[in-house]
Amino acid sequence: MDYLSIQPEQRTLMLDAIGVADFDELIGEIPESIRLDRELEIGGGLDELELSRFMRSLASKNINCTQLISFAGAGCYDHYIPSCIDHILRKPEFFTAYTPYQPEFSQGTLQAIFEYQTSICILTGMQVANASMYDGATALAEAALMTVRASRNKRTEILASQTLHPQYLEVLDTYALSGLMQVRVVSFEDLAEAIDENTASILVGYPNFIGAIENIASVITSAHEKGSLAVVCANPMMLALLDSPGSLGADIVVGEAQCFGNPQSFGGPGLGYFAATDKLMRLMPGRIVGRTTDVDGKDGFVLTLSTREQHIRREKATSNICSNHALNALAAGAYLRYVGGDGLLEIALTCVQKAHRLSSELMSTGLFEPAYEDEYGYEFALTYLGEHKLEKIYNTLVEQRFLPGVLIDDKTILIAVTEKRTEEEIDAFVKAVRHAA
Amino acid sequence: MLPRGRSELEVMRHYQELADLNFGVDSGMYPLGSCTMKYNPRINEDMCRLDGFATLHPTQPESTVQGALQLMFELQSDLAEISGFEATTLQPAAGAHGEYTALMVIRAAHVAHGDARKVVIIPDTAHGTNPATVTLCGYQVISIPSDERGLVELSELKAMLNEDVAAFMLTNPNTLGLFETDILKITEAVHAVGAYCFCDGANLNALLGITRPGDMGFDALHINLHKTFSTPHGGGGPGAGPVCVTDELAEFLPGPLVGQDPEDRTYHFITPQNSIGRVKSWYGNFGVLVRAYTYIRALGASGLRLSAEQAVISANYLRTQLRDEFNVVHDRACMHEFVMSGSRQKKESGVRTLDMAKRLLDYGFHPPTIYFPLVVEEAMMIEPTETEPLETLDAFVDAMKRIAQEAIDDPEILHSAPHDTPVRRLDEATACRNIIVADLD
Repeated sequence: MDYLSIQPEQRTLMLDAIGVADFDELIGEIPESIRLDRELEIGGGLDELELSRFMRSLASKNINCTQLISFAGAGCYDHYIPSCIDHILRKPEFFTAYTPYQPEFSQGTLQAIFEYQTSICILTGMQVANASMYDGATALAEAALMTVRASRNKRTEILASQTLHPQYLEVLDTYALSGLMQVRVVSFEDLAEAIDENTASILVGYPNFIGAIENIASVITSAHEKGSLAVVCANPMMLALLDSPGSLGADIVVGEAQCFGNPQSFGGPGLGYFAATDKLMRLMPGRIVGRTTDVDGKDGFVLTLSTREQHIRREKATSNICSNHALNALAAGAYLRYVGGDGLLEIALTCVQKAHRLSSELMSTGLFEPAYEDEYGYEFALTYLGEHKLEKIYNTLVEQRFLPGVLIDDKTILIAVTEKRTEEEIDAFVKAVRHAA
Repeated sequence: MLPRGRSELEVMRHYQELADLNFGVDSGMYPLGSCTMKYNPRINEDMCRLDGFATLHPTQPESTVQGALQLMFELQSDLAEISGFEATTLQPAAGAHGEYTALMVIRAAHVAHGDARKVVIIPDTAHGTNPATVTLCGYQVISIPSDERGLVELSELKAMLNEDVAAFMLTNPNTLGLFETDILKITEAVHAVGAYCFCDGANLNALLGITRPGDMGFDALHINLHKTFSTPHGGGGPGAGPVCVTDELAEFLPGPLVGQDPEDRTYHFITPQNSIGRVKSWYGNFGVLVRAYTYIRALGASGLRLSAEQAVISANYLRTQLRDEFNVVHDRACMHEFVMSGSRQKKESGVRTLDMAKRLLDYGFHPPTIYFPLVVEEAMMIEPTETEPLETLDAFVDAMKRIAQEAIDDPEILHSAPHDTPVRRLDEATACRNIIVADLD
């Protein structure tokens, strides 16, 4: 199968019009020795019916989360996605469009991103948000690099809280291999003490990776007292309930916004969101949409502050990012418009209440104790008190079609409860845990 | 706090109104050079939404995601075969992210040999992401000018090469749409000083089944699945930027990759021995990978080759149809795109390429990439892709010819274009000065 519109006889006409005898004459500049003298060895060439059957059989080799009762999170959550969201994403004017470099033909994308930026600013308590990053991990790494630039490269060390997502810490380490920054991982308790005159910023989770809501306000204050910046990596769903990082003094707020209307999709594409104070706006990576007027005085939107970006500034750009996750941002914007502030509060509260109920019921089995004493939202970590490895119970529960959470080590499990989990599912899970132990 | 929620009807109407202000590949021809705006097949959209793919959680046990791992394993192999390399990581989220990954892999190889080296050479025709990536990897950029053929001048390159050079980044075909005919000598010269050759795969659509970057002597390549492999651009993303490398560099790729157990044929995540580490959370933009894999299975070897051939033929067709009205900069056989200049119109009528691009909007076409590559004055970079019908190509030629005539007869209609779009030219200067990036009142 192919998706060509041009018929074989038209191809011949076109070659005639070009003035060549055959296709090979057009590629005369490719040395003979590197021309492929065989067909590529790849399968395929299926018609659409065969293709659909084949792909469905591949999909059915997975046990998916409509077949599992999932309590897994770790930055990727099984929230409900209202039907209308995907119907919006499937509008070809959105998903088949390019980056809105020609604003006269792209007001739909531009306005949708502007509205998304507005929602992110409101949730985070910041003044400016960009049009999206790849995911929470890369947003955090870019934020760290941005704080080094903000110090005019005078401060190059990043203090990262040990309780950040381990994969985010790994990505930070990779981005630090360039030598543009050094990353030191410090326990949350020791962060304030560790800040010195070379600290560009501190990075903290809110809630942290294992769900704990730490006292980030005081460490932000310490950072500022010592001339360093504070980056908060927040689950934006929880920002419906928590004090906004902006109100606590954060300079940059980033994180993963898959939770807003995007499927889990085996971990990608997610949605990195990135917000900052207006003071730092010109140092930000990525595209930003701004409002302006056209020659007739009519309101409109454009990509703005482009002189930060790679296509203009090349090696002096604030980042190399070009493609971002615009369609995921469209989903998040549409989700937030649909559920609104009132709906988001209700969803977040429902998640938190269900999580607290499950936590206390699991505790009442006598098999677990809390992994920490802090408050938590809809994700929490429990330490298993039994003798063998927790993995055994985990595997038993998977066989019974539960995804029991995420194992952090031999004895600790991270459990998330979204609004999708019913009371019956929670009861069944607790019962299954009792039996498995 | 966020405003109150809206009814479903209000939300659908709002986004319908916004959609009506937008233009996508379904709306009309999108001849953006180096962006490969080909048709986005609908079966891809359906397949990536199957519950068996879309609802998977990334921490599920490997035994419950064998279908997903098989898909990733086969896509790794297919991309390596298509590009002539030995190993593939699917983790990078976009083209620039792939460039970054490849350059960090190269950096790791140098470090393993005892010296990270200092500079990366790129041609002056390179995409802006190339120099920006070099900086992000902690290297200095050295730019090499193109010669009168629009290609890399081998003797000039040799004069720049020394043991400070970590890598040479080259797009082939380059952004002028021309194949670098000296490519074997180029990669040989780069290797002679112990540096690596990175191929920017933005223009891979021209090469499918015809020739392979691995066979040209490149050491690493990134692939834009959202260009060559038909996944949608989404108004700016998400894309995916897998990286393919030689055997020598495979040990440094970011993990995890997918491997297959030779005995029981099951699939598992594996991390290369000297991996640079993760460049992103989880395994890559899986939803995009499903679309690209679906596309490759649809086309197969012959469909891919046919697509590349047609992309090249359609570009050459436009080049020869437009060469009388416009200054085609290197008027010889091109690959999947070509660059022409609006210099004649500018000189004779004071009409700029920007004006002609805006006028194209009135005729219902998305403009080409303009003012790029930077080495061409008043550049228009045109890539029709293989999926456009001949009738549409002819209509585009007609529109361009009418615009060339308007430049002579009525330049004002071009200066003030567009006239028939939802908004007209926007004041970008004020947008930068009086910055409103959120509605916070």
